[in-house]
Amino acid sequence: MIAELGQFALIMALLAAISQSILPLIGAERLDSRLMAFGSHASLVQLLFVILAFGCLTQAYIVSDFTLLNVAENSHSTKPLLYKISGVWGNHEGSMLLWVLILALFGAAVAAFGRNLPVTLKARVLAIQAMIGVGFLTFLIFTSNPFTRLLVPPENGQDLNPLLQDPGLAFHPPMLYVGYVGFSVAFSFAIAALIEGKVDAAWARWVRPWTLTAWIFLTGGIALGSWWAYYELGWGGWWFWDPVENVSFMPWLMGTALLHSAVVVEKRNSLKVWTILLAILTFSLSLIGTFIVRSGLLTSVHAFAVNPERGIFILILLAIAIGGSLTLFALKAPALKSGGMFSPISREGGLLLNNLLLSTACATVFLGTLYPLFMEALGGGRVSIGPPFYNKTFIPVMVPLFFLVCIGAYLPWKRADLVGVLKRLKYAGLAALLALLIAWYISDGGPLLAILGLGMATWMLLGTLSEWADRIKLFRAPLAKSWQRAKNLPGSSWGMTLAHGGLAIAIIGMISTTAWKVEDVAVLKPGETLSVAGTDYRFDGVKEITGPNYSAVEGTFNVSQDGVYMATLKPEKRLYTVKRMPTTEAAIYSTFVGDYYAVIGDPDGKGGWTVRIYREPLVTWIWFGCTLMVFGGLVSLADRRLRVGAPADKRKKKKVREAEA
Amino acid sequence: MSAKRKVIFALPLLITVVIFGYFFWALTKPGRDPKILPSVLIDKPAPEFDLKALDGLNVPGFARSDLISNGKISVVNIFASWCIPCLAEHPDMMKLGQRDDINLYGINYRDKPEDGLAWLNKNGNPYHRVGRDPKTRAGIDWGVYGVPETFIVDATGTIRYKHVGPLNTGDLEGTILPIIDSLQTQ
Repeated sequence: MIAELGQFALIMALLAAISQSILPLIGAERLDSRLMAFGSHASLVQLLFVILAFGCLTQAYIVSDFTLLNVAENSHSTKPLLYKISGVWGNHEGSMLLWVLILALFGAAVAAFGRNLPVTLKARVLAIQAMIGVGFLTFLIFTSNPFTRLLVPPENGQDLNPLLQDPGLAFHPPMLYVGYVGFSVAFSFAIAALIEGKVDAAWARWVRPWTLTAWIFLTGGIALGSWWAYYELGWGGWWFWDPVENVSFMPWLMGTALLHSAVVVEKRNSLKVWTILLAILTFSLSLIGTFIVRSGLLTSVHAFAVNPERGIFILILLAIAIGGSLTLFALKAPALKSGGMFSPISREGGLLLNNLLLSTACATVFLGTLYPLFMEALGGGRVSIGPPFYNKTFIPVMVPLFFLVCIGAYLPWKRADLVGVLKRLKYAGLAALLALLIAWYISDGGPLLAILGLGMATWMLLGTLSEWADRIKLFRAPLAKSWQRAKNLPGSSWGMTLAHGGLAIAIIGMISTTAWKVEDVAVLKPGETLSVAGTDYRFDGVKEITGPNYSAVEGTFNVSQDGVYMATLKPEKRLYTVKRMPTTEAAIYSTFVGDYYAVIGDPDGKGGWTVRIYREPLVTWIWFGCTLMVFGGLVSLADRRLRVGAPADKRKKKKVREAEA
Repeated sequence: MSAKRKVIFALPLLITVVIFGYFFWALTKPGRDPKILPSVLIDKPAPEFDLKALDGLNVPGFARSDLISNGKISVVNIFASWCIPCLAEHPDMMKLGQRDDINLYGINYRDKPEDGLAWLNKNGNPYHRVGRDPKTRAGIDWGVYGVPETFIVDATGTIRYKHVGPLNTGDLEGTILPIIDSLQTQ
């Protein structure tokens, strides 16, 4: 009964979305305030019905209702409650339902928070948002119904893929989806602006917080995913340039560009057409990401079950959304008036350069991800593109970007004095050189590129800090006064310092662990010791343990350095009983300077066990840096100016009107 | 100037149309399954090899000639006693071994013969023939890079399908058996 209720709720949500996508548009055209206001009500109704549907499916998972095909295929009665719930979105149908839920949530949020949006703009934004909803609700109901019943329900379910039974992965998809889907708001705003034929500072001020919210979640989601890969897959790696990773990374790169270019629209009324295009492309890449994971277009380690019929449906959906919006762009964008002029060396120029570099980086990832497909279509056979491609194309684009980050932060609007800026960065430059020498000394002249990279990341970190110090006149004014200035610093300024600093720290982690990782594989008998990078790992044997839905062997390692005890590591090798799928559970001892990482493999039949030990220098800096970036985004989002932006603009308009009169 | 400007603004649309053309092609091309990794061995004759029996096991070893001697389709499974996923797919092998219209051959890969023998005695021997390959000489020729692996070889000794990793739920019924059936009717 509850499943039928869920099915019914989905259909009601679709009807709400259909009316929401038509009536407000007509209202905005005819300036009919009742029709325009309908959009806000419909978006709330749509949200309530999607919540109801999602609740119904969650209930089916919690009580293990195996009369539902979806539950029977992806759950099991012995599964812990957390994974029963996360199992709701650990499959194609449920994850699409989550996608639609988040979309409806963002639509309703625009309706609720957008009280002082211009009414026509708001009506159009909600209508566009609803159109996306119509597409995906149709897709859900007609090709991916999560509420399909089984005529003969099985005794028990087939269990969730064991790799997904992990706390990190329970929260990774929802965060990623909030990121993907959050860009839909920027997209809807861009389309609405194209329809209205007007882009102004108020528009940018509205777009920024939504883009920022999406960006925060996407950053968090990607970081969580890479952290999961690091400790769950047992390879000691954190990024594999896998197509599915790439499709989450591309909207991130574009979204980062959008975040920066929206500032220029807001502050200087410039780069408008470009910002509109970025908003369309960012969400288009999110859509393509959702599509690629589900269509079976590319080979990947973590793709959903492939169904060609679904693939065609979602491809047509995407063609309408992306093709339609870009057609509108081609028709309407040339008429948009461009704003203030600026010299190449200025903050606008810096942000434009940032945009160009990020877009180029995104294009290289796009090319690398889809190159195998293009080659195959042209008859070149199957090829695979690995890290060497990205090392040669992506990194060279990112290097100048990282180098310029802290210079750009110093540049004033309109026109800047580059020599003056560089003079103020001289201490950061000297310190970066020093860091470079220290890295060279410690690593005995190790890989040159890694050492240069570390120097550059240090430059970025210290340059960012020095800009912050200059702003609050640290050491040049009394500390109390600096403190006062720091407190008065706007949230967006704090956010920038935190995000740029976090990026630099993450890069230091990435470079160090890539260049100086040490790994060793050996067969050890209990009592034997393996020495890796100066640390001793004594193998104390294995024992068999049993979890709720798996059995496992657990190895014990005593980790010590120069005879001083450091930690006990207990890696596991699990066999999930239902799916009969083995997984490795690495044991990691994390410290500030690096991780000690142990994996237990197979027995050799003579009392020995294959063990793999990794020493990963500074690897936790990657996720610490990402956390700082997320935190920076949150601080910036809390900036009062973003929230009360629209009224401020009204005052300006009033002044303009007065001046005109 | 104006026409040029129009072209520039239409450029994103044009690029998107081309990319979607590729997507459409890939989705509608019949028989395209990106999950099947290209293997150089598919549709090539099985390599030359001659593997000795596991001492103490009641089935003989086998060589390439045994793949083409009796007109049956052969399933060649690479297994080892130290390989936990092999144990996971073992019930599927037991099912497959009951059929007498195919050959089910096992290659005991990178294993001590006595360990391989003990493993088969403990878990049951589904294989009609088992060859031992402790030094992985045959394994290299077969292009083995993960254990277990399962090959389907037709009656002429040509490799027709390769599965890397354990057979998961549904792989036997969904993939392996249909391929065997289709080869038998050819």
